[in-house]
Amino acid sequence: MKKGQPLNKRPKAKKGTLGRVLRFVTKYYKGALVVVVICLLVSAMVNSVGGLFTNKFTEYIEEGLDIFEIYGKDTALAQIMPKVTTTIILLVCVYLTGLICNFTWTRIMAYVTQGTLRNMRNTMFETMQKLPIKYFDTHPHGDVMSHYTNDIDTLRQLISQSIPSLISSGMILLSLLFIMLYFSVWLTLVVLAGGYLMLFVTKTIGGRSAHYFIRQQKSLGHEEGYIEEMMNGQKVVKVFCHEEACKKDFDEINEQLFRDAESANRFANILMPILGNIGNLLYVVVVFIGGALVISGNVPNLSLSGKPLDIAILVPFIGMTRQFCMNVNQASQHVNSIAMALAGASRIFDLLDETPEVDDGYVTLVNAAYNKQGELVETDKHTSLWAWKHPHAADGTVTYTPLKGDVRLTDVDFGYVPEKTVLHDITLFAEPGQKVAFVGSTGAGKTTITNLINRFYDIADGKVRYDGININKIKKADLRRSLGVVLQDTNLFTGTVMENIRYGRLDATDEEVYAAAQLANAHDFITRLPDGYNTMLTGNGASLSQGQRQLLSIARAAVADPPVMILDEATSSIDTRTEALVQQGMDGLMYGRTVFVIAHRLSTVRNSDVIMVLDHGRIIERGSHDKLIAEKGKYYQLYTGAFELD
Amino acid sequence: MIKMIKRLAQCIREYKKQTALSPLFIALEVIIECIIPLVTAALVNSIQAGCEMNTIFKYGFILIGLAMASLACGVLSGWFCATASCGFAKNLRRDLYHKVQDYSFANIDKFSTSSLVTRLTTDVTNVQQAFMMLIRIAIRAPFMLIFALVMAFVLGGPLAVVYLALVPFLGFALFSISRKVMPIFRGAFRKYDKLNESVQENIEGIRVVKSFVREDFETDKFKRASGDLATDFTRAEKILALNNPIMQIAINTSMVLVCFFSSKIIISNGGVGFNVGNFSSLLTYGIQILSNCMMLSMVFVTLTMSLESARRIVAVLDEESTIQNPGSPIKEVKDGSIDFNHVTFKYSESAEKSALSDIDLHIRSGETIGIIGGTGSSKTSLVQMIPRLYDATEGSVKVGGVDVRRYDIETLRNEVSMVLQKNVLFSGTIKENLRWGDPNASDEELVRICKLACADEFVSQFPSGYDTFIERGGTNVSGGQKQRLCIARALLKKPKILILDDSTSAVDTKTDAMIRKAFREEIPGTTKIIIAQRISSVEDADRIIVLDGGKIDGIGTHAELLKTNAIYREVYESQVKGGDDK
Repeated sequence: MKKGQPLNKRPKAKKGTLGRVLRFVTKYYKGALVVVVICLLVSAMVNSVGGLFTNKFTEYIEEGLDIFEIYGKDTALAQIMPKVTTTIILLVCVYLTGLICNFTWTRIMAYVTQGTLRNMRNTMFETMQKLPIKYFDTHPHGDVMSHYTNDIDTLRQLISQSIPSLISSGMILLSLLFIMLYFSVWLTLVVLAGGYLMLFVTKTIGGRSAHYFIRQQKSLGHEEGYIEEMMNGQKVVKVFCHEEACKKDFDEINEQLFRDAESANRFANILMPILGNIGNLLYVVVVFIGGALVISGNVPNLSLSGKPLDIAILVPFIGMTRQFCMNVNQASQHVNSIAMALAGASRIFDLLDETPEVDDGYVTLVNAAYNKQGELVETDKHTSLWAWKHPHAADGTVTYTPLKGDVRLTDVDFGYVPEKTVLHDITLFAEPGQKVAFVGSTGAGKTTITNLINRFYDIADGKVRYDGININKIKKADLRRSLGVVLQDTNLFTGTVMENIRYGRLDATDEEVYAAAQLANAHDFITRLPDGYNTMLTGNGASLSQGQRQLLSIARAAVADPPVMILDEATSSIDTRTEALVQQGMDGLMYGRTVFVIAHRLSTVRNSDVIMVLDHGRIIERGSHDKLIAEKGKYYQLYTGAFELD
Repeated sequence: MIKMIKRLAQCIREYKKQTALSPLFIALEVIIECIIPLVTAALVNSIQAGCEMNTIFKYGFILIGLAMASLACGVLSGWFCATASCGFAKNLRRDLYHKVQDYSFANIDKFSTSSLVTRLTTDVTNVQQAFMMLIRIAIRAPFMLIFALVMAFVLGGPLAVVYLALVPFLGFALFSISRKVMPIFRGAFRKYDKLNESVQENIEGIRVVKSFVREDFETDKFKRASGDLATDFTRAEKILALNNPIMQIAINTSMVLVCFFSSKIIISNGGVGFNVGNFSSLLTYGIQILSNCMMLSMVFVTLTMSLESARRIVAVLDEESTIQNPGSPIKEVKDGSIDFNHVTFKYSESAEKSALSDIDLHIRSGETIGIIGGTGSSKTSLVQMIPRLYDATEGSVKVGGVDVRRYDIETLRNEVSMVLQKNVLFSGTIKENLRWGDPNASDEELVRICKLACADEFVSQFPSGYDTFIERGGTNVSGGQKQRLCIARALLKKPKILILDDSTSAVDTKTDAMIRKAFREEIPGTTKIIIAQRISSVEDADRIIVLDGGKIDGIGTHAELLKTNAIYREVYESQVKGGDDK
């Protein structure tokens, strides 16, 4: 249940992650992606046909030079230049096509990348909202958060840069290969051998680099965790003049990160020059072999074009060799980002694959009214009367039960994990109008019981009835709407004070919000805020004191006006004088309704109808304050201060 | 901007050598890489001239030698670059962290914890990336560009003017694009941070969300923000995407021009002075020139994008602590007396309301003072002035008869020990946590102090006793246990003044009373200030101060206040009627 240090588990990506990412992208942008791929294809082809044209021009020049020698300059120009011009025009057309494609795909990709990231974030968020509380209790919040920051960021790299670059490089390589084969099979084989060597090097060095990058990521996580912890406790550091010691600790962690990052980057950095120079060597080898072939002139050239290997072919060919190497090199630069993105994507998919909270309830909460016959019937109108609509599958009838707030637990057992039962045989009845209090030390199971009533967790054994209905049959949303919960750890959202209170009931009027605030005794301090009810709250209401935050969260629950209220240490940070006022207000609001109170201050629970003393998941004493005092049991000991409550 | 870069450059420090060597080797690499096509051009010409195999071998070996040299340079520069950039980032993080350590409470409030964390992590990573680019690609690309340009001129003669003309065009185009894009990105990133903050809020408050059945509401809210964000980013990236086609235009234009004019010139001259080999080199250099322009534009984009991060980092580095040690600080606190002389305090200059107004209060050394007051009555603000966590806006606070602003801060805070309301234990053993108070305390001393704070009774029950590991945020001890450990930690300082800011709220009354008794008997000379909600925690104090709305509403003993002070009486009655604590 507790937030721990984020586990810096950075497992390798699962198989098929890349495919899943691609499927996710294509799901929304099939048409756009087809256009992108076509554009990339054309662009790549345009890119590689440059060689063909160079070859053409070299041919023209050779031809022109021949004519020059025989007929002189003017004839040569007159004969060749028109051909050159035609080819130039063709070249311009080709380039323009390439340009249009390039323009199109880069723009579409900007749109697809951002759209995909948005879809991914939205899907993650939507999925996350549907996850059971258990997920949040068992996953450190920092880890969940990192899906939205780090993991999405790596994905952006992958989609916007790595994938297009890979496709583009791949296309260029393919078309280069074709053209090379067109010129000479032998030389192409040489280039392919070089390409293989480059791939091998990429795999070896890139693999080392990825290994260290994962280590770097781990150290980074460790350092970030440390920074976060210390920044949160920075004021304590100041009070204890512990700055120097903190600096020392930090320096050590920082040094470790430095070492890992250094290794990771070293391997990443040397990959490019190594590949680049393999490219250079390959260039030399091609020139060697090509030159030898041209000079000896007696090795038959094998090629798709059937042309003999001559200088007009060799010049563009070595140019293409260079281009080939450059593209392999460029593609290899993405090894790290792909490895990291896939690991990130894999973690995102883990979140998306979590089982959502199941809700097979079919009893719903509806507005109701009594008709002339005095029967309860459903109505579209806003009435102050609510009823449980209970369809019976067996005979097809529907019954309506008025919402009252009667909660009964019978012989309930529960454990957060199956092996460890934390609640044993809990039986309690809370009738409308009653105030039921839970008292007991930490871990006694007070909060756990409330978690069961609103079905944050499901019971292992026993029965929970709400207005006589098995709560498993009630639709969770409706069940929770009928319960107001105020927790000790207040959570306010970024927005105005008004919006925060209205969170309890979205259609509440301003007047209803004021009334709720008055009831919670929050109105006074709100009006003293710089902008009153329109004051913006950020960072969980950081500008307010803990007590003021609690008052706001009580107001928020009050505006919801539910028949059952659960107050879990809701007034722990409010001074007793204000608490008394709040209680008065609450008592007025909750007249005739059910209230569950968990409190550490016994003054808060004293006037409850029933007090349950919990110990190790069992109710050991129950009864009114006077009865329990008279019994001189555990409650009496607590009350007289012999035991500690926290 | 220059100032900002200067400030960041200070973090290179011991990695100056690597920072210089990396570009140096890159420069060498570039030179070699530029020579290579020169040799190839000669080679191609020889082949064309129908030379011997020997000539080909000669050129071939020169080429291999050059490739090896280039490899060595490339690897070395990569190697140094890794050390330099990681070292730079290390120093940057270190400087930031150290700076924050020197911050006052007001500085911390100003930046907020979460923004400080982002600056230390994400922003540093961004700047590190930029730095790496700067000493590698940013050096490589212009070098390559210049060399390739020169070579193109040497080999292609006037024809290379084509490239020269394109560079300013490109420069202008790329510059305009980033000028246009930067503000959009800046705004978008701000929205991005906000979006992430709202996710954080949602995760933290998931119980509230689910209790109020607001899942759909939250999802809608999120989708709106996320859609809005995507629109902004798309707008920016669409403009940024223009880089690529613009590049393409440049490359294509130059290709077309070079091919056309080369053909014309060569044929006109009959291959004299400018030949096929030169033509081929011109094309090769052309590709190099333009691909390096592309690199430069990439560098430019990365640099501009990291500018915002750099700005945020420098803001932290340049922030001066609002609380500074005085010139010749006093290093001894005479006694534990405290005087507030007409103190008024505001959290920020722009704040309308004063947190404290005209507080005039004099506490004798060794006195026990209780402070009572409702939520928001500025109890905490009052005591935070004593160890100089904040400075008074008006008036003065004196400890031991000397203005707190004249003391050495560490001396003052060691003598004024405060247990904060928002208590924090750090991950580590109990012993380690306690020794924050006194690093040299012996194990026996720790036990003795823990007995005073009534903490020994439960610590000794733990299986690992004082070596029990406290989880991050102290989540594996209960609230009351945490408070008692925090009190022990503060006591270990053996201060002249001890301040407890609502520090026993989760401790039961009996233990609370025992702790107060221990204070009375074991540290009678220490001035004790106790803020509490419970009357029982303060009723035996020498004097009790009732605060209301930042003003002193009454001072006196329990009995006196019961008679004279309405607020105090009301608080007392609410608690007695409740039956608690009495």
